[in-house]
Amino acid sequence: MSAAGEPSAASTAPEPALAPATPGPPLLRVEDLCVQFPTERGLVHAVDGVSFSLERGRTLGIVGESGSGKTACSLTLIGLTRHMGARVSGRVLLDGRELLGLSERDMRRVRGAEIAMIFQDPLSSMHPLFTVGRQIVEALRAHRDIGRRAARERAVELLELVGIAQARRRVDAYPHELSGGMRQRAMIAMALSNDPKLLIADEPTSALDVTVQAQILDLLARLQRELSMAIVLVTHDLGVVAEMADHVAVFYAGRIVERAPAQELFSHPEHPYTWGLLQSIPTLFGPRERELRPIAGSPPSLIERPSGCHFHPRCPYAQPRHAEVDPWLEPLPGDRDHQVACLLAPQLRRQLSSQPAGGRAAAGAIVSGAGREAGA
Amino acid sequence: MTRYIVRRVLWGLLLLVLVGALTFVLFHVFPTANPARLRAGRNPSPRVVAEISRNLGLNRPLPTQFWLYMRGLFLHFNLGYSYYSEASVRSLIFDRLAATASLTIGAAVIWLGCGLSVGIISALRRRSRLDRASMGAALVLISAPEYWLGLIAIYLFAADIGQVKVLPGAGSYVPLTTDPWKWFTSLLLPWLVLAASFAAVYARLMRASLIETMGEDYIRTARAKGLPERRVVLRHGVRAAINPIITIFALDVGTLLGGAILIETVFDIPGVGRLAYEAITHADFPIVEGTVLLVALVVIVANILVDIAYAFVDPRVRYS
Repeated sequence: MSAAGEPSAASTAPEPALAPATPGPPLLRVEDLCVQFPTERGLVHAVDGVSFSLERGRTLGIVGESGSGKTACSLTLIGLTRHMGARVSGRVLLDGRELLGLSERDMRRVRGAEIAMIFQDPLSSMHPLFTVGRQIVEALRAHRDIGRRAARERAVELLELVGIAQARRRVDAYPHELSGGMRQRAMIAMALSNDPKLLIADEPTSALDVTVQAQILDLLARLQRELSMAIVLVTHDLGVVAEMADHVAVFYAGRIVERAPAQELFSHPEHPYTWGLLQSIPTLFGPRERELRPIAGSPPSLIERPSGCHFHPRCPYAQPRHAEVDPWLEPLPGDRDHQVACLLAPQLRRQLSSQPAGGRAAAGAIVSGAGREAGA
Repeated sequence: MTRYIVRRVLWGLLLLVLVGALTFVLFHVFPTANPARLRAGRNPSPRVVAEISRNLGLNRPLPTQFWLYMRGLFLHFNLGYSYYSEASVRSLIFDRLAATASLTIGAAVIWLGCGLSVGIISALRRRSRLDRASMGAALVLISAPEYWLGLIAIYLFAADIGQVKVLPGAGSYVPLTTDPWKWFTSLLLPWLVLAASFAAVYARLMRASLIETMGEDYIRTARAKGLPERRVVLRHGVRAAINPIITIFALDVGTLLGGAILIETVFDIPGVGRLAYEAITHADFPIVEGTVLLVALVVIVANILVDIAYAFVDPRVRYS
């Protein structure tokens, strides 16, 4: 996990000037998206009624633990869950065009052209038996009528664009001959080959060394500026989100439990789960005595989800009622952009969040009683 | 790479020497019958037997016999002479090599062609009726012994005694150079029978390997690029799934030659396998030795070739 992601440091950084709201629909609009996988053990509710939108050229960070549905959500955006036998409902609109209803043939034209995706582990995500250049050429030729030689030239250009030195030589390298960072750069080059409007980055730095992580994030930020593409950044790493995202959606058990502009989320987190996430990352600059507080328990099964608020079994402030009532994602009073799905009264949340972390945890222990297992 | 090849070839030679020594021990040190007695006819006098023993060199001390045998083998490619016909084993084998090569190479083509394509289709249509039917048929073919399958095939399809007289039956082999069409039709049944169990095994192997490969991250990447599913499967999936099967193929070449003995006998094809079979029944040891050495040579060469080929099909493999 990145140590660079000090939330308070991020919140004091100057906010980039907001682009004037673009007229017309946002680039990406997701409404009530549900993704379910039938399995032998039961129906997995991977994504359950998720809605968000993303403007051109902006970055949405999707944060959550593994098994929170964030990867299933991003794979659905690019239409890859249909290969996995998923049941998908809701709406995904790209530039006002509904993607979920498209035939496989039409979806294929969108995939890799208008929406591109990069993955966590660039070594396993690139074909081991084909050269990097060949894989980029293939991506180019899948969507445009371009000769082999021209495509190869373009592949070299793309490798140069993502900062690979000696691109003309590296274009003939196999993935295993490149370093981890180089491979992720090559993956990015491949994703960019058809000038996508939207790039989905699923844990793009999680498999990389910390020093390389920062380089890849810088590269993504630069490319986003130069190519004005929107990015959906899926990660469990809040440091990465702090560095990259304009907006953040926190996923828990297939739902968004909190959504806010990045600065707002880091300075005024509202959901107890978000508090837990923020407390569980180490910082370089705070006092060393500050303890890391893991979130107790483990993520719930997506087959048999807890009743009521899905977070209630792990929530230190849960009350009996929370096991029965399902919370809605609702805007905070006075801030439409900041939404939270929590049953605690807003005043109580404000009170809790204003306490220092240690006190808050102690208060939580009093509210809920001890005896919870400490989850990893 | 060159060093690797040289090393592999030298090891292969050593292995051949060991196989040669082993056959010598099997057929000269522990003979199950006295060859001189066998050649001497009925009720031979001890003198005749001794005379024949001397002619064949069987009265010399074993180390001398071994030395002469190995020297002949590796310096002059001399495999000895048949105890019965006095014909050179080398020329006997050479005369019959074409028939065996026709049988085994043709069977291997059918085996790989049918096995791999059925495996691919089964993997893509997993749990469909087609998949279940072909995997069930594969299981039957794997379980059925080749000689039984051969006899059934003759009973059903042979032109002379078959129920449905469609293909030439046993004893119809014609060399390719004599009449290509007759060569083809006469070998069709033996090819299918010999290839059947291998094709079945390979269909299952290919299916398993491709199903595993289709779950890999790079397949997801290929789809994310917007490639047509056909290309994802055939270029990205099959290309990776076929590699382990290439390795197994080299090991199965030996089994294929073993199967050729049975098939040549059932279909009465005058090949090396049938030569070996007849030699075994007559205790004609030099011929048995010669065929054993030939099979060893083919298996060793096939393995070296596959190992070298592997470096070309998988760039991650680098020999040093």
